[in-house]
Order: sequence, then structure tokens, then C-alpha cells
Amino acid sequence: MTPILFAEQVLNGLQSGVMLFLMAAGLTLIFGVMGLINLAHGALFMVGAFAAASVAGATGSFLLALVAALAAAAGAGAMVELLVIRRLYDRDHLDQVLATFALILIFSEGTRWLFGSFPLYLDVPPWLGGTVLLPGGIEYPTYRLALIAVGLLVAAGLWWLNTCTRLGIRIRAGENDREMIAALGVDIGKLYTVVFALGAGLAGLAGALVGPIQSVQVGMGEPVLILAFVVIVIGGIGSIKGALVGGLLVGLTDTLGRLLLPALFRLFTDPASAASAGSAFASMAIYILMAAVLIWRPTGLYGARA
Amino acid sequence: MSRERLLNALLLAGLVVVPGWALWADEPFTITLATRAVIFALAAVGLNIALGMGGLVSLGHAVFFGIGGYAMGVLASHAQSYTPLYDGLFTLEGTKAMPVIWLVAAAASALAAWLIGLLSLRTSGVYFIMITLAFGQMAYFFAISWPAYGGEDGLSIYVRNGFPGLNTLDPIQFYGICLAWLCLALWGHARLRRSPFGLALDAARQVPARVQAVGLDPKRLYLVALVISGAVTGLSGALFADLNRFVSPSMLSWQMSGEIMVFVIIGGVARLFGPVVGAVFYVALEHWLGGVSDYWQIILGVVLLAVVLFGRGGLIGLVCGKERPDA
Amino acid sequence: MSIKTLLAAASLAALASATQAEVKVGMITTLSGGGASLGIDTRDGFLLGMKGASEVEVIVEDDQQKPDVAVQIADKMIQSDKVDVLTGIVWSNLAMAVVPAATAQGKFYLSTNAAPALLAGKGCHPNYFAVSYQNDNLHEAAGAYAKDQGYTKPFIMAPNYPAGHDSLNGFKRYYGGDLAGEVFTQLGQTDYAAEIAQIRASGADAVFFFLPGGMGISFMKQYAGSGVDLPLLGPAFSFDQNILQAVGDAALGVRNGSNWSKDLDVPANAAFVEAFEAEYGRLPSLYAAYGYDTAHLLRSALDVAQPSDGDAFRAALKSADFDSVRGKFSFDSNNHPIQDIYIREVIKEGDVFTNTLVATAITDRSSAYVNDCTMK
Repeated sequence: MTPILFAEQVLNGLQSGVMLFLMAAGLTLIFGVMGLINLAHGALFMVGAFAAASVAGATGSFLLALVAALAAAAGAGAMVELLVIRRLYDRDHLDQVLATFALILIFSEGTRWLFGSFPLYLDVPPWLGGTVLLPGGIEYPTYRLALIAVGLLVAAGLWWLNTCTRLGIRIRAGENDREMIAALGVDIGKLYTVVFALGAGLAGLAGALVGPIQSVQVGMGEPVLILAFVVIVIGGIGSIKGALVGGLLVGLTDTLGRLLLPALFRLFTDPASAASAGSAFASMAIYILMAAVLIWRPTGLYGARA
Repeated sequence: MSRERLLNALLLAGLVVVPGWALWADEPFTITLATRAVIFALAAVGLNIALGMGGLVSLGHAVFFGIGGYAMGVLASHAQSYTPLYDGLFTLEGTKAMPVIWLVAAAASALAAWLIGLLSLRTSGVYFIMITLAFGQMAYFFAISWPAYGGEDGLSIYVRNGFPGLNTLDPIQFYGICLAWLCLALWGHARLRRSPFGLALDAARQVPARVQAVGLDPKRLYLVALVISGAVTGLSGALFADLNRFVSPSMLSWQMSGEIMVFVIIGGVARLFGPVVGAVFYVALEHWLGGVSDYWQIILGVVLLAVVLFGRGGLIGLVCGKERPDA
Repeated sequence: MSIKTLLAAASLAALASATQAEVKVGMITTLSGGGASLGIDTRDGFLLGMKGASEVEVIVEDDQQKPDVAVQIADKMIQSDKVDVLTGIVWSNLAMAVVPAATAQGKFYLSTNAAPALLAGKGCHPNYFAVSYQNDNLHEAAGAYAKDQGYTKPFIMAPNYPAGHDSLNGFKRYYGGDLAGEVFTQLGQTDYAAEIAQIRASGADAVFFFLPGGMGISFMKQYAGSGVDLPLLGPAFSFDQNILQAVGDAALGVRNGSNWSKDLDVPANAAFVEAFEAEYGRLPSLYAAYGYDTAHLLRSALDVAQPSDGDAFRAALKSADFDSVRGKFSFDSNNHPIQDIYIREVIKEGDVFTNTLVATAITDRSSAYVNDCTMK
């Protein structure tokens, strides 16, 4: 294995990590502020990708597609919050799990009803196509570099939102003591809708960004949803910083595991069985990481509350 | 007789009458459908022991369901091909006898529940939900890439396993076996709730500190509850595999864990018959809606949503009100 | 599951003459969820082929791509609907769950797609007929083609599950040379950057991959943007009509092994393609072609015998006396086809991405497991 291959895989791990962060940030924000387990977060990811694909198909503009994805997912999120989620805040986690499980069914089959059963087309815009040559001789796809950049920008934006704006102060106050800020005259209902829409928008943005390099199809949100849960649990639920660190850890573990584990098994056995055994362990790697983190730190890396 | 008891009695009567009618009307598929519902109910009774009594929200019960299924698949496939399971210091043969399979399924799932519990019970709340999910995913991916027993293709058993004195291939007789197990599990659950262990567990769920004060270790109580729960769900997995004469990793998927949990929640958490109501309702709804539209899952979603939003405490809560009489 | 389509290919006439001896066919296929497009094409192709067969009632149900649901539907169709013939399953793991039990109960099963190794070899059954292929066939064609093209270091890749292992074994069986690398990916994986980097670093001269459904779409889009420019090879599944539009330019020029193509010069095929477009307003896929052929095989056998007369019906099926859209078609002793397997190339016709034939990879191919089957 060459150092260049290794370095390229680290970049790939980073890239998948920041995309996971976009998903996980919304999920962890919603949990932190409202205490809600949202299984339908993956459905909002799918809504973003479908909105982007149809707008890009109609207008040919990728930027418009991104805007549409953000708007569609945030809109869908706000609607769901007003109609359903709002009634679940004072329920226990079980009711939330069931209700958002039902929302997955409605969103998935509803999307299939609207867009048909065939995957949609969405491609990397020409101005982000091709590859760039990085120092050290790594040839890397421009679009993936752009994804890393956008992910880090969003992380910085969230940090700014959280620390420097009035909304951020309210969000943090809401995490700590919702009765108190309600008593101080903050419209808590409105705050919740905004936070939910923000989280949904982030998921939709992730869907639209990932859409050009993946298959835009019904059910695309579910594998990402499980990974996003792994991320927020590793990072500590409610912590944006934890979501970033957790995302990067999961992205790197997954990517490097797929590279290194088969190589490790090749030391002991023939290439075909090494590839198979290595792949089997690589697919379990992130779950082993998560279990290990939780056994070591039962509330995740940055989780404050038990 | 309280309303809930009446409902429970009616439900049990229905589980006897409907298949009986199906037998008379020569509708064997209705019996198959009822068997499916009863097996799912048994799996959910297992979960309800951990969830309702111990407050342990496990999103990984498919692990036990799947282990039970694979216990049946592995034993029966070895018996079918006349190859020993283990041939070293001693010889271990496969078997097609249901009682042995049940024993192995329950023991293996109990062992898995004990191991998972030891590690998972360090966490609580949402973290517990997620760590059980992680163990579920590990088992799922392992089963998919484990070539010895079929990987994703699963294992097919051509003839249903046998039970002394019964013809298990006859749908109604197999249904009888499953219903007997369900009744036994419900009776056991009811006994367990009134036992000292059950009362201690209930207290541990509500105020762990109080239990600790009298010298009991809540974690230990949880662990025992999880082991019993896993064994019951594992048993139902063996029955489910026998119903389909087939086992595959899909029994271990997180959607399966989700469905088992959905049965408990729609029926009513911590209600003795909650899992039965939930499983029967879900299976019937799924069957009936399938004929309505290509996009029937949308309707299923809306119905589930309505149950959560308007029926606090699940369907039993909707019918019987809020009180939780100890059945 | 759903009892939705009580669609007698039938017309009103069939309803009127209920006295006729009716044959019931149960189709179990995937109509909801992510894999629905394959099942929908299978169903549409089959129903098109059954058009005008008034003596046949077709019951279609959705298996949701879940093995236990498929088993349950099969039980229902056998126990309640009393079907004579089953068909339609897309996925190998579902077929493994349904077929052995159904044939053991004396029902006929005609496979429109999935044909796992076990059912072609040790587990073969006189009542089980694979109309499509044996699972390894299309991968073998790609292997044969790689050898013909003089590739010396292909990089090969498939998901880590039984069909993936069969795929790579099929490729190696006909390729036979050295490999630059062999990688198993995860089932349902969506990001292939790590694998593409390995391809780049491996010094390969071609890439063979089997990634059905969304996995293939993701891989090809990412491969096109990666700057790696090696020729791609694969089985037809990832380049089929139902997903090519979603891949777009990234698929252009890819060579794929297939036993059918819409421009295959056979009169029955031209008629099929035209009729399918007229009926459904889209181009047919591989799955539609298999569904259509299965319908015609069934009708050819029903012309000779009824399923109630098992031996005669079985012999009529085995003679395969129908006009296949694939031209030459006969059954080997294990009830799997002997057929030519071709190489297609992805092209763009106007705005539509589709395939054109470029070579014949293997002629008169049966299956690798035929000698494991005890039937004669």
C-alpha cells in the first residue's frame, strides 16, 4: 500500500464524515432541544435529493437545485412538526419511535407515488466535474473536495449560529431548561418549529449534495439514518461538536476499515477469502466502534447528560 | 371483570374461533395468517417483559428472533444433510425434533441476551436504544457475510420439523403448537409480574434508588429481565423459521426489531395482552391493506400515526381507558 | 402483500365464459420499496405476454423484497387460490425461500429472473424451470469477453453476499488469468471512493463489477468523476433500461454481458419491443423480456397439456416450443436454458440511454452446475 493511496483514503474518510455530520447535526439538534428521536430524518434526506433531482432536471442549474432541496426539506420538516411532532414532545420515546416510523412509511411510499419507482437522474454540475491534482500527487475528484469544504463551512456556520446569535442562545437555553425560557416570554412553539425545520433543511442539503454521486431512489435515507444515529451516539446526543467528531470518526473507520482489514487478512489467507472475511469485519467495524465507545463512555464522547 | 380482562378473554376466544372457522370453511391461508400473528405476538411478549416491566427499550430484539431462527435452521439443515454439527472430541448431530430445537433456540438467545445485556446495561435511555441497535446491526452484517449457512440467501428446510404425536405439516396443528406457546408465555408473564422479582423490577424501573436502598442491584434485575425476554423472543424466532421453513438474515434486520417494537406499542406497553393486540392488528391490517392499493404502506403509516396520536397507551388504552389494572 | 391484480390477461370474454377449464398462475414479485422497478417490469412483460390468453387467470402479489413475505404469499396462493404455476420472483434469496417448498408440493415454478446455483445443481427439481438464465451466466460472458479483449489485469468487485461470490467465480471461470485485485463491498453500500482509489492504485487494465440496483448507479457516477479511465465491464443488471436514465453519461460505452438486447435481430423480439413500447410507453428491460418469454413458454405448454396432468405438462415445458425473444432457446437436463450470451454496449439514442449488441461472448451456454443435477 502506497502513502498516496492511504492519503487518498483519509480524504475519502473525511468527505464521508462531513456528509454524515450534516445529517447528524440536524438529528442531534432536534434531540438536544426537543428530546425527540426522529426516525424520519432519513426521509427528509430523501426529500432533499428528490427535490434537487427534479429541479436540476427542469432548470439545469445545480445551485437552484440546492436551494430547492433546502426549501423542500425545511418545508416538509416544518409541516411535519406542526401536524405531528408537536403532539409528541411530552410523550415517551416509544411513541416518538412509532410515530416517526409511520412517517417513514408515508414519506417513502408517497415519494414513490409522486416520482415513480425508477431512480432519478442527478449529476455533478460541469463546473465541479473532473479532478484536481493535490500536493503529493493525489488526483482527487473536485466535487468531493467541494463536499468537504461545504461540510466544514456548515459546521462553522452552526458554531456561529449557536454561539453568536439570539436564536443560538435560545436553542442552548431550550436545551437546558425549557420551562424557564418559556416563562421569559420566548415563544417556545415557534422555536421548536424553527429548530426542526433547520435540522430538516440540513438533512435535505446533505441529500442534495450526495445525490449527484449516489443513486437518487426511494429508501436511500435509511442506511444514512442508521449511520447518523451511530454518529450522534458516539459523539454524545445533543452535542454539535460531538456530531462533527463522531462523523469524522465513523467516516474514517468505515473507509480505512474497508482498505486495511482485507489487507490484514491477506497476511493469513488467500486473496479471495481475505477479501470476503475482511469485508465482513469492515461492515461491522463502525458498530463495534460504537459499542466500544459506549462501554467506555456510556453517554458518548461529548454527551453531558445521562 | 374489568374491561381489559373482558377484552383479553374475547381476544383469546377469537384466537381459537377464527382458525376453527377457517378450518371448517377450508380457508387454510387464514390459519397461516393467524399463525404468523401468534408467533409475532410471542416475540412481542418477549420484548414486553424487558420493555413493559423493566423499561428497557431494546431496538435489537431481532438479534434474539434471528438467533432462534438460525438455531432451527442450523440444526435442521444438518439433520437434513446427515452431516454432524461438530465432529471432534465427541459428535454432535443435527435434529428435526421441535422440542430440542426450542431448547437450543431459547438457550442460545438467552446467552446472547446475557452478553449483550452485560455490555449494554452500562448505558441507559436513548443510548441503550442505540447500543442495542448497534448489536443488532453487527449480527445482521455477520449473518449476511457468513458463507457457511447461506449468507443472504438464508437456509431452506424442505420439510417442517416434527413434534411427537402431531403432524406439524397440517396448518391447524402447527397453529395449535404456536398458540399453546403464546398462552404459556402470557401465563408466565402474568405470574412473573406478581412474583417478588417482578415487583422488584417494577420498582427498579420507577425509582432505581429505592431498590438499591433495600440492597438489590437494579442492573442485575434488568439483566435477568433481558435474558428472560431474549429467550422468549428466541423461541418465537424458531417457530417463525418453522412456519416459513426458511431462515435468513432479514430476521435480524433493524426493521424486524422495529416491527416487534411496533407490535408492543400499538397494543399498549406493559399491558399483558398488548403484544397480542398489536401483532393481530398489524398482521390483519397489512393483509387487508395490501389489497386496497399499490401504495398501501401510506395508509398503514397514517393508521399507525393515528393510533399514536389519538390512542395514548395503544389500542388497549383506547378501548379500556387509562387505568392499568393488574390482569 | 397484496391481492391487487386479479388481472386475467383476459378480456371481458373470459369473464363471460367461466365454464372454461381455468389455469391459475401466481406471480410473486417486488412492487413496493426500492427494488420495485424490477418487479414492475417483470409483471408488465409477463402480462403483455399473457394478453389474450383467456383460459389463464393471473394473480399478482407484492413480496416487498422480504423472504418471509414471499413465503407467506406462496402459501396463500397454493392453499387458498389453488394456483397451478408460480412465477415472478426477482431476488435469489427470495427464490431460495419459496421454490424448494413450492416444487415439493407439486407446483410448477417458472423463474423470470433469479436462478441460484443450488437450484441448478444439487437442488434441481423437475418442476422448476429457469427461463432467464443461470445466475452465473452473464458474469461468465463478461469473463469470456475480458479474455477475448486481451485484458491481463482486471480488477473485480462485487458485494459480499452469495450472488456476489457467484458473480466473481463466474467471471474467473471464463477469464482464467491474473487479477489486479479482488474486492468485496458491502451490500447496500453507497460510497465507492475507497474502492475507486484501490482501482487507481492497483495498475489494473479493466474493471469488472457486479453491483445491482442503486449500488451500480452510485458506483458509476463516482467512477465517472474520479479521473480513472479504465474500461468497465459487468453483467447486464447495472446497465439495464430501468436504471440507465438515472446513470446518464457516466454509463456510456460500458460493455455488459447479456442474453438479450432490444436490438437482437429476431422477429419475436422486434414484435415484443414494439408491443411493450405501445402498451407502456417506455422501452422494455431485461426483466420485461424474461417475463414475456416466461408467458410464452407457459402458453406453449398449455396448448399441449394442463398442469393437472403433471408429466405431460412438464414434458411440454421442457420441449420449450415457443418463439423466444432471444432466438435460440432450449432447456438443458437441469431445466436451465442453453442459449447464446452476448456483449452489449451502452449508447445514447436521441435522448434515451440504451444498449446495442457488439459481440457474442459464449455460444450455446448451459450452466456450470448441470452435472451436479441428478435429472437426466
